[in-house]
Amino acid sequence: MLALQILIDGFAISALYALGAVGFTLLFGVSGVLNLSHGAIVVVAALIGWAAASILGTYLGNLVGVLAALAAAYATYFAVVRPIQRSPAIPREETEIFVLTGTLLWSIMIQVGAAWWFTDNPVTIRPLIAGVVNIVGVRTPANEVMIAVLCWVVIGLLWLLVNRTRAGRALLAAAINPRGLVLLGFELDSIYLLVWTIYGVLAGIAGVLLASFLGVGTNNIGQLTASAFSIVVMGGLGSVSGSLVAAFVVGYLETLTAYLVAPTLRPVPALLLLVLVVYVRPQGLLGRR
Amino acid sequence: MARILRSPLGWILLLLLAAAALPWWVSAYILGVLTVSYYFGVFAMAWDLLFGFAGEVNFGPTFLIGLGAYTAGILDNTMHWPILVCAASGALVATLGGLLLAVPALRLRGPYFGLVTLVAVLLLQNAIVIFAGVTGGEIGMNVADVLSIDAATNYWIGLGFMAVCGALLFGLSRSAIGLILQASGQDAIEAAALGFNVTKHKIAAFCVSALFSGLAGAMLVFYEGTASVDTVIDLAIVVQIIIAAVLGGRRTILGPAIGAILLVVGGEALRPLGQLNTFVVSAIALAVILFFPDGLLGHVLRRGERE
Repeated sequence: MLALQILIDGFAISALYALGAVGFTLLFGVSGVLNLSHGAIVVVAALIGWAAASILGTYLGNLVGVLAALAAAYATYFAVVRPIQRSPAIPREETEIFVLTGTLLWSIMIQVGAAWWFTDNPVTIRPLIAGVVNIVGVRTPANEVMIAVLCWVVIGLLWLLVNRTRAGRALLAAAINPRGLVLLGFELDSIYLLVWTIYGVLAGIAGVLLASFLGVGTNNIGQLTASAFSIVVMGGLGSVSGSLVAAFVVGYLETLTAYLVAPTLRPVPALLLLVLVVYVRPQGLLGRR
Repeated sequence: MARILRSPLGWILLLLLAAAALPWWVSAYILGVLTVSYYFGVFAMAWDLLFGFAGEVNFGPTFLIGLGAYTAGILDNTMHWPILVCAASGALVATLGGLLLAVPALRLRGPYFGLVTLVAVLLLQNAIVIFAGVTGGEIGMNVADVLSIDAATNYWIGLGFMAVCGALLFGLSRSAIGLILQASGQDAIEAAALGFNVTKHKIAAFCVSALFSGLAGAMLVFYEGTASVDTVIDLAIVVQIIIAAVLGGRRTILGPAIGAILLVVGGEALRPLGQLNTFVVSAIALAVILFFPDGLLGHVLRRGERE
């Protein structure tokens, strides 16, 4: 009984982690940007979705939330990341640390700004579908099932986009060899714009779903960024399938700890495992060197 | 007099003298703010040695600071040793912790190294909550002794501490070791090809950084009389240290101290804005990064070179 409960809850939380981390890893793989304002963008979607839902209803509200995350992702790219990448005063080998610092500062600005504009209490968006379903004797909210399914549908759509469309293949190529792609006549700028668009939408969906599942607030921003970062590193930076595997490992490990040991220790085993993975296999579970 | 004004060292000494004279001019409240900012200055300088010179992004300065702070605090509460012995032990434990972290972590590059140091902070934070019996957990821990109850004395101790640490770290950065570190940070392969043991130098830099961080953390605890996760370990502190170093000018050692003082004092001056003061401070720091990536001191120095 407890085992089933863990299995179901762990699946839902893992699917959400996976959705959050996939955009993050894609962004790194394609454009080499580690976006430390990830958590802030996710929370922007949740907060604006929550505020819009009270006026426009749940469905439209969620949509507005996703659009808000897209806008926040564009703002991050155009106001912070691109100026740093193009600045002549920043040496090339130091771009990475400047992007890290810049996005971190941006994240704090969003966090404080959102807390001031809206609230720093966690917000919860009304579930998209009500009711409870009975899965082999475990009463599960229908919303939780829908979230897990929706996450996988979105990830599936992403897979189709990347592997089956021309634009998606250009993304893959940019992850492998950007210079070759430029020589073939592709505009790198438009590819970066595409990957930020995908990233914004993914982060937005993760944000509104998280808000309807657990509820999030501006105080979770750091934790959200940290968990996406750890999942992505554990799976291998830039490897989408690695992130999926790592998301499930972390999700289940946390759920197991919370149910069987103590809820307060929830993040500890996952962190220890992360350290172990990084020492033994620095490229991550499925990463390339 | 004119000669003093022409050399940078003369300027620094004059500034220090002016700072030392402040207790006769300003209130105890301002002194308190400045004292904290001096300890932050040491945190930022120690971080700059690793980042600016060794080229390693350490997201875990508060792992080292926290180790020093809590070791000193716990020893003071349980063993009742004198403050100096406790602070020295704290620095020693921080150095050992830094060594334990650095030896395996330096095998990793760039973001991976950053992540391991970040995880070290999160684990320390959890450990402190788990062992709440000794550490006070999330509430924090009061220590039995404080440096002094007089604001002016505390201020002078803080100022002197920052001055001594700054002189030592600056001297180190200008020595042959500092040059080798800078070389290994910029091009590790070439530095190794020239016959320098890059790893050994980086580990040494990490230990030195840990030593100063731990000592400063311990001193801060004995100044404030408490140690808590929020004041010495939280990721917000990490962010502040990084911002201070980049704001003041990386690779200058003294710049980060200036950045830290500006950051703490600026945050305090903007307090009437309420919640938004962090917003304004972050926005200013972001603008500095975007438009003057060399930081304040780096910008001034570079203009001086050009003229």
